[in-house]
Amino acid sequence: MIENFDLSLVNWSRAQFALTAIYHWLFVPLTLGLSFILAFMETLYVRTGDEMWKKITKFWMTLFGINFAIGVATGIILEFEFGTNWSNYSWFVGDIFGAPLAVEGIMAFFLESTFVAVMFFGWNKVSKKFHLASTWLVAIGANLSALWILVANAWMENPVGMVFNPDTARNEMNSFSEVIFNPVAIDKFFHTVTSGFVLASVFVIGISSWFLIRKREELLARKSIYIAGIFGLVSALAVAFTGDTSARTIAKVQPVKFAAMEALYEGKTDAGLTVIGALSDSGERLGEKKVHDIKMKIEIPGLLSFMTTGRSDGYVPGMKDLINGNPERGILSVAEMMERGRYARQVLTDYKVAKELGDNDSMATLAAKFEDKDFIDNYFRYFGYSYFEHPWQVIPSVPVTFYAFRVMVGLGFFFILLFILAIWFQRRQTLEKNRWFLWLALLSIPLAYLASELGWIVTEMGRQPWIIQNLMPVHVAVSNISTGAVQTTFWLFAVLFTALLIAEISIMVRQIKTGPKH
Amino acid sequence: MTMMISHAFLQDYWWLLISLLAGLLVFLMFVQGGQSFIFSLPRNEMQRKMIVNALGRKWEFTFTTLVTFGGAFFASFPLFYATSFGGAYWVWMAILFSFIIQAVAYEYRSKPANVFGTRVFDTFLFLNGSLGPFLIGVAVATFFTGSDFTLDLFNRVSWGTGWHGLEALINPVNLLLGLAVLFLARVLGLMYLENSVDDAELTKSIRKALLRNAIPFLVFFLAFVGFMLFGNGYRADTATGEITLVRHHYLHNLLGNIFILVLFAGGLVLVLYSLWLGIIRGSRKAIWFAGSGTVPVVMALFFIAGYGETAFYPSSTDPDSSLTLARASSSYFTLKTMMYVSFIIPAVVAYIWYAWSSINRKRITTEEMAGDDHMY
Repeated sequence: MIENFDLSLVNWSRAQFALTAIYHWLFVPLTLGLSFILAFMETLYVRTGDEMWKKITKFWMTLFGINFAIGVATGIILEFEFGTNWSNYSWFVGDIFGAPLAVEGIMAFFLESTFVAVMFFGWNKVSKKFHLASTWLVAIGANLSALWILVANAWMENPVGMVFNPDTARNEMNSFSEVIFNPVAIDKFFHTVTSGFVLASVFVIGISSWFLIRKREELLARKSIYIAGIFGLVSALAVAFTGDTSARTIAKVQPVKFAAMEALYEGKTDAGLTVIGALSDSGERLGEKKVHDIKMKIEIPGLLSFMTTGRSDGYVPGMKDLINGNPERGILSVAEMMERGRYARQVLTDYKVAKELGDNDSMATLAAKFEDKDFIDNYFRYFGYSYFEHPWQVIPSVPVTFYAFRVMVGLGFFFILLFILAIWFQRRQTLEKNRWFLWLALLSIPLAYLASELGWIVTEMGRQPWIIQNLMPVHVAVSNISTGAVQTTFWLFAVLFTALLIAEISIMVRQIKTGPKH
Repeated sequence: MTMMISHAFLQDYWWLLISLLAGLLVFLMFVQGGQSFIFSLPRNEMQRKMIVNALGRKWEFTFTTLVTFGGAFFASFPLFYATSFGGAYWVWMAILFSFIIQAVAYEYRSKPANVFGTRVFDTFLFLNGSLGPFLIGVAVATFFTGSDFTLDLFNRVSWGTGWHGLEALINPVNLLLGLAVLFLARVLGLMYLENSVDDAELTKSIRKALLRNAIPFLVFFLAFVGFMLFGNGYRADTATGEITLVRHHYLHNLLGNIFILVLFAGGLVLVLYSLWLGIIRGSRKAIWFAGSGTVPVVMALFFIAGYGETAFYPSSTDPDSSLTLARASSSYFTLKTMMYVSFIIPAVVAYIWYAWSSINRKRITTEEMAGDDHMY
């Protein structure tokens, strides 16, 4: 199909998607979490009638608004980029992937944008209860929109609920419930939204700590730390739990990504979990890719096997097994998958040719294959491998995936500790005395953003070179436009989004320094 | 029930919804139209603030409708999504840029320490207000005039020119619709402001501007309709799938379907009535009639482009690559599932209506804005 693709076009298109997605994700998690924190605070206001809670709610709501606007601005481009920059992908899977996006618009975006207006402008116009309901609906709308886009993203990592239609040469949906209840989607949704709750909680605690350091707005700060501490702790534990289930699912559906996350090259039983380690070039090569050794390793024996298989002596395949194959463990080599994929593609091409020639007999024979279970399970599922020339091309960047994963997990555990300390000091009323903690909380804000972005880097870099796991590599999905055009829009986005980010941070900092309105 | 629902029915159903979303989008572009007056209409800062705050409470609906329009197109006619967005790259990118800068402008324009100053964010609003409607109009005009693309055996698009969509700007018929949509948005924007802002001096300027914008709107719109109806149209033969250029094809589509004709003529009458109300009678209610007229007229245009034996996204260079509803659509299963999802739309409209009316009881004045702590 596309044999002579332009690598620089693919890389610039990927860079542009990464740039816009990373920018968008700077703002989304705060919206996801802060919307719930606002709802908790306003609920306390309505239940107690205490004006202090209203003041607290309004202060955080101002910051929410500043963040929300730029989240919307950076979000619109992502939806349309599937069409503009990944048009072959859009056609190949639009039948399935487009549906959650449309549902997101109908179900979530209108909910969010309607009630956000009531939330901002309705304080003096609607009843207390209606206003409170609107704040809750904003939180629900924001998180619902996350649900649908994550369902779509999960489908790319684990394509389910579809059949291939040789007439249209694309995948078509045959079960909407399989798409929604995709195990990857469920893990991903809970892991992602709870990580957003953690980020928002760290944000609230960090800024409140700054007020305490400055000996200002102490009541607002303490109350905010109380709410965010509890919400943060519960969420951080949920992040750890869903992170564990996510990893287990990845081990099953994306074993190459899993091996990259662990820099595991040799499959083994009793595999230990590397807590800390530094990668170094072993000198050995898998095709053109480096094989890494892990130096300065701190490892928990047997844990990796236990986490992935439920048994400490369970077998975890390494990158070499997955690339070269391991017949003893029933693992096909990538070379074999490439062969099978090519066969499937040949069948499709023959079908297209027969159709052009009006050869009905051949068409019927070939069409029957696409309904034959053996062909689907043993050949067509490797369709995407037919686009590679060398087995090593399916290996993602191991160092990026390995380090991003470790830093993310490390920070996740750090936040659990931070929330426990916040609750502890708040309950003993010793927050002000522990200035080191206040500084630590303030300096943790950028770490929360770092952890959140690294999560996406693990999942998206770790699944390269696939845009749809096993079915379509990125280089086949890209739009047929000039590299220069994509370079131009890349830089336009880079300049525009950076300028908007600078304005956003500046406005946010000023609003925080100004503090709540009295 | 299931037996009665054919794939073709579902394709028509989804084209109806897309047409409805397009109609609502054009109506809601009163926000853009209003923004395009940000420098010319107000006499002082307070008037500008009133205009911005009146529009600022509605901008998200237009934005959300645009996003949903894109999502619905992706889900129901993915081949159009792939072909047009991936091919006419620069037109769509320009449209998107204009909406990106809009989304921050309201919230940031008057906030302290906004780095670039109010003037820059107001310029963002002006650019979005002028370019957005104009470019969307030009892009939609290509549904009638065609684009320069070919699709291969596997439906991958190649665009004929390196301009990737910008070449649509040199076709005068496309420009006519672009300008018609721009001036319609401006007319709607003025009517909306007249309805929601309570300021005697501003009302005077609005009335004057209304006449000056209604005339170019009518001229550009009628010229476009004339060229479209009496020129060539892309006919798709249902039996052979062959695409041919046929004279008066769109006129035939309009006259051949009484439903489309009534929508088109009825909508046009309502828009004309609203102009009379706004310009001659000075009524604040003009926006309601203009809105109820705009939606059916836009829907009728989409029906003319998509229904019947017509290619809704024609290729001017390789007619066989043209997209018909049948060719571009999703599978039967997806369209049916999405149809069930679409049944919640009335509930969505109902809560939007309820929420709007609950915060719109008072018209915008200096005092009204001061009483609200979220001011743009």
